[in-house]
Formats: sequence, structure tokens, C-alpha cells
Amino acid sequence: MNFGSMAMRRPAALHSLGNMIRLESLVVLLLLILALSLASPYFLSVSNALNILLATSVIGILGFGATFVIAAAGIDLSVGSILGFGAVTGALAVNALDLPWIIGIAVSLLAGAFCGLVNGLLTTRARVPAFIVTLGMLGVARGAALVLTNGQPVYGLPGPMVWLGQGRPFGVPVPAIIFLGVAAITHFVLSRTRFGKYALVIGDNQNAARATGIHVERHLVALYTLSGFLAGLAGLVSAARVNSGDPTAGTGYELAAITAAILGGTNLFGGRASVVGTLIGALIMGVLQNGLNLLAVSSFYQQMAIGAVLVLAVWLDQLNRGRGRA
Amino acid sequence: MSLLALKDVRMSFGPVEALRGVSFSVAEGEAVALLGDNGAGKSTLMKTITGIYRPTGGAIRFDGQDLKEKDPGEIRRLGIEMIYQDLALAREQDVASNIFLGREPTRRLLGLPIRMIDTARIEAEAETIIRRLGARVPSVRYRVGDLSGGQQQSVAIARALTFSPKLVIMDEPTAALAVREVEHVLDLVRELKRQGIAVILISHRLTDVFAVCDRVIALRQGEVVADEAVAETSMNEVVAHIVGAG
Ligand SMILES: Nc1ncnc2c1ncn2[C@@H]1O[C@H](COP(=O)(O)OP(=O)(O)O)[C@@H](O)[C@H]1O
Ligand SMILES: [Mg+2]
Repeated sequence: MNFGSMAMRRPAALHSLGNMIRLESLVVLLLLILALSLASPYFLSVSNALNILLATSVIGILGFGATFVIAAAGIDLSVGSILGFGAVTGALAVNALDLPWIIGIAVSLLAGAFCGLVNGLLTTRARVPAFIVTLGMLGVARGAALVLTNGQPVYGLPGPMVWLGQGRPFGVPVPAIIFLGVAAITHFVLSRTRFGKYALVIGDNQNAARATGIHVERHLVALYTLSGFLAGLAGLVSAARVNSGDPTAGTGYELAAITAAILGGTNLFGGRASVVGTLIGALIMGVLQNGLNLLAVSSFYQQMAIGAVLVLAVWLDQLNRGRGRA
Repeated sequence: MSLLALKDVRMSFGPVEALRGVSFSVAEGEAVALLGDNGAGKSTLMKTITGIYRPTGGAIRFDGQDLKEKDPGEIRRLGIEMIYQDLALAREQDVASNIFLGREPTRRLLGLPIRMIDTARIEAEAETIIRRLGARVPSVRYRVGDLSGGQQQSVAIARALTFSPKLVIMDEPTAALAVREVEHVLDLVRELKRQGIAVILISHRLTDVFAVCDRVIALRQGEVVADEAVAETSMNEVVAHIVGAG
């Protein structure tokens, strides 16, 4: 057995960083930043960096939820729709029902968590595959959002709710603060707590999790609930940004969220996941989009670019693994 | 008084009756061999004891407690550990994490009521256990998926011995091992016995079984067909029971 060669695979300082994230992702992000800085004089500035964070915040928040679910070898296709449902229910609570803003916020978050709870209970108790359950929820939550609003956006939110989307303390957009705050909390939870470790172990070897006394079903319910809760939060933020609850908000975001997680090195089949990686993955997408916008490249090409970067990052990872684990 | 007692334990997977009324008992500090052909129901039987499967009938008592409604975590805490045939390790997790899986010590974050895994303590204690077992694992920070089969087994064994068990179940622990590693496992069984820890050993290697066990139980098609003291039987007799010629 030659353990030396594996330990020497990466320089020591990079080794511990490499345990946390996929270095390829960071390299891709830095190269993108470098290239775009050279290509556009407007790219590299504090205000543009804040723009990128703002534009990435909603996808990023969803991506952190996806990271936990995928860590446990699950999948949640419903977060885009739950986002819309959360946005609409919060907006209706303060408009149609005239409830105080704090209740509106709670309603968005709880509506999201509730949808996630239903996802979790159906996958674990009724034993319907998560792919199917969350695909169903994608339809149901979106439909519910449309029914509740007759398909029309609910305009006008109270000041404190709008602040969550449009406030700029010290010039920093509030969604960017929420985005980074959620990143910090979920990173801690995934990497330092039993809750996070058990998510990873369930995705790694469900039998091992069960045999060592981890409550696999209960944990999966909690993970889907967390994903739904974060989708509710993302709905709140996106409603606040445009000062209305739009029933079509978040359409297609589930794939962007999953892409962010996978770009960041989270293993689609579970067991390996990193919130910092997902943060980088989301930023890769945000930077790419922002840079191509500055260069006036059509959004059709932007979608192609993100798809290509995804495949490239996973391919680089495969190459590296092939070398390291031969 | 017996430590573990099974009475008429039954287990079905749909139409498949894997266990058809199994009864036996294990005394404190006793080493019992469980023998039987492939598919006899040995692994299933052990998984009903550790709570992975809920038996469809019968009773299991351990140390004065009924195990029937208990989950695997509770049963581990009562003092039953099992080294599974497939080892039940998380490949992406490191050695220390695997040893403490499901029972991680935690500490408070900055004195707040937020509990985080005490990684430093886990690593230090895992290091001690690995060294005490004389296992050749290069570092407790190694990812388990990168270790050899024998090393992975050392990790599974270390996990089973860390929390002062009263009964250790080993499901074919020598099946994939080299000769020297087999000796190591047999020494371990002797050592456990010496410390008064009961062992149930599933193995196909009759010489090993006769070398370290006090009693042999033979299982055939989900039923106990022999339950005898090693001193009062012979390998030939046991083989006859296993294949159904006895
Ligand atoms: N999870 C399961 N689902 C269905 N049948 C099973 C399952 N596990 C074991 N069996 C069946 O139960 C019987 C006993 O299997 P097992 O306990 O693994 O035997 P052994 O460990 O003695 O080789 C076999 O017929 C096997 O096919
Ligand atoms: Mg077996």
C-alpha cells in the first residue's frame, strides 16, 4: 500500500482546502474573473461584485438547500415552485389578509417548510421516490400559487419586507447579506454538526447510517423540510426585490440550484457535499451571467455557457479522481 | 443467567420465511459460533437482534430488557455491537468519524446552546483505540474508502469495541482476510472472552470456530438444527448438521 503518494497529491495547504471544496471549481471561478476583467473594463469593481452577489443570492440560497438534500443522496426538484408559492403566500398574507409584515415573513418561510415537510413525509413514509414526489410538488406548489392569485402578481409589500430585497445598509444589498449569512450558517451545520454529518453518511451508505443508530427516515424528513424552508426564504427575498408576490417566480430555478451544488463538487449520488463549494458554484454561474451581460452576449449563449461549464467542472473532477485513486 | 435470550424468533421477507422460530441463548462472556450454509438465515437473525429488522414473531431479551420495540441506536446503547458482513462503513468519511458514527461526542459552540462535533476529541480517542488494537491504519484522518479491506475491517472492529459492549456480533469477519489478519481476529475473540464480553461469531472456518468458541449453533433454512458445547461435539458432526445429513 502506498499511502504516501495519496497524501502528496496536493501541497499541504491546498490539501485541507481541497477536502472542503473541489479546487477545480475555485480555479474555474478565478479564471472566469480574470478573463472577464480583461474583457470588460466594467467587470472588476466593488459595485459590480455587489451586483453579482445580489443577482446570485436567490439561486444560491436554493443551492444550499439542494446541497443538504443531495448530500443524503436525495433530490428536490420542487424548490423553484416552492419559491413561487412562498412568495405568493407571504404577499397575500399582508395584502389580502392585512396581517402585519412580520406575519408575512413567517408565512413565506412556513409555507416553504411545509411543502418540504410534505416532500419528506411522502418520500420516507409512503416510499415514493424523491424524484417523483418533488416532481409532483413542482406541479402542485406552482399550481397552488397560480390558483391563489388568479395568475396575477400580488403588488405592494410593507416597508420592512421590501427592505429584505431592496435595502442597502452600508451600500451592501440585503439579499447579498442574507445569501452570505445563510452560507455561513449552513456551512457550519453541514461540516461541524451531527445533523450535517448524518446527512452525508445517509447519502454515503444508508445501511451504515441505520446500523449505527442514525434515524434515517426522520433525518430525511428534516432535510427536505430544510430545503423547503430555504426555498420559502428565497421566495421572500425575490418577492421583496420586486415588491410583489409573483406566482411564476422561480420557474426553472431548481435546475440552477442543483447545478450550483454539482459545480461546487457535491456528489450527485450523495456522501460528498460542501456549502462553500456550492457558494463557488453559484458564483461561477452569477459571474458568467454578469460578465456575458456586460459583453452584451445574448442570454441564449449564457445558458449554453453555464451548461458547458457544468460538464467541464465535473469532467475535470473525474480526471483528478482517476489519477488520485487509481 | 443468560445475557441474550431469543425465543421462537420469526422473520419473513414477503413470502420468504428467513427465520422459522429460532430459540437460543448466550451467557455472559460466552463465545458462541453461529454456523450454517449460505442463505441459512444467519445474517438476518443477527439483524433482528441489532434492530435492523423487526422480527415478525417471537421475543428477544438482552440484559433484562425486551429488544422488540427498540431501534438500532437504543440497542447499541444497551451494549450490543455488530461487525456487519459488509462492514457498514461510510466510505467518504474518515477513520475517526466512522469509529464514532452515531455516537459523536459534541461540545458547545462558544458556550451557546449549539452543539458541534468534538472533532479533536474524536480524533484523539480514535487514535488511542486504533493503537490499542494494534491496527495498521496510517492515520485516523484517512478516508475509509482509500483503505485496504483489512484496514477497513479494523475500523469496523474499532467501532464495535469503543463503547464497552457486553455482546459483540461478528458476521463472517474472516471471509476476506489474509492468514495473519485471521489470527488477529481470533486473538481478538479470545481477548473479548477474557474481558467477560460475549461474542457471537459467524464463520465458515470450522477450525477457527473450534479454536476459540465455547459453543456452536447450526442454522439450516431458518431453524436451529444443533446447539452444542464445542467440547461435546466434533467438526464432522457439525458439518452433518449444517448440510442436513445429521
Ligand atoms: N432484505 C432481504 N429481502 C428479502 N429476502 C432476504 C433479505 N435478506 C435476506 N433474505 C433472504 O433470507 C434468507 C437468509 O439470508 P441471510 O440471512 O443473508 O443468510 P446467511 O447470512 O445465512 O447467508 C435467504 O433466503 C435470503 O435470500
Ligand atoms: Mg450472511
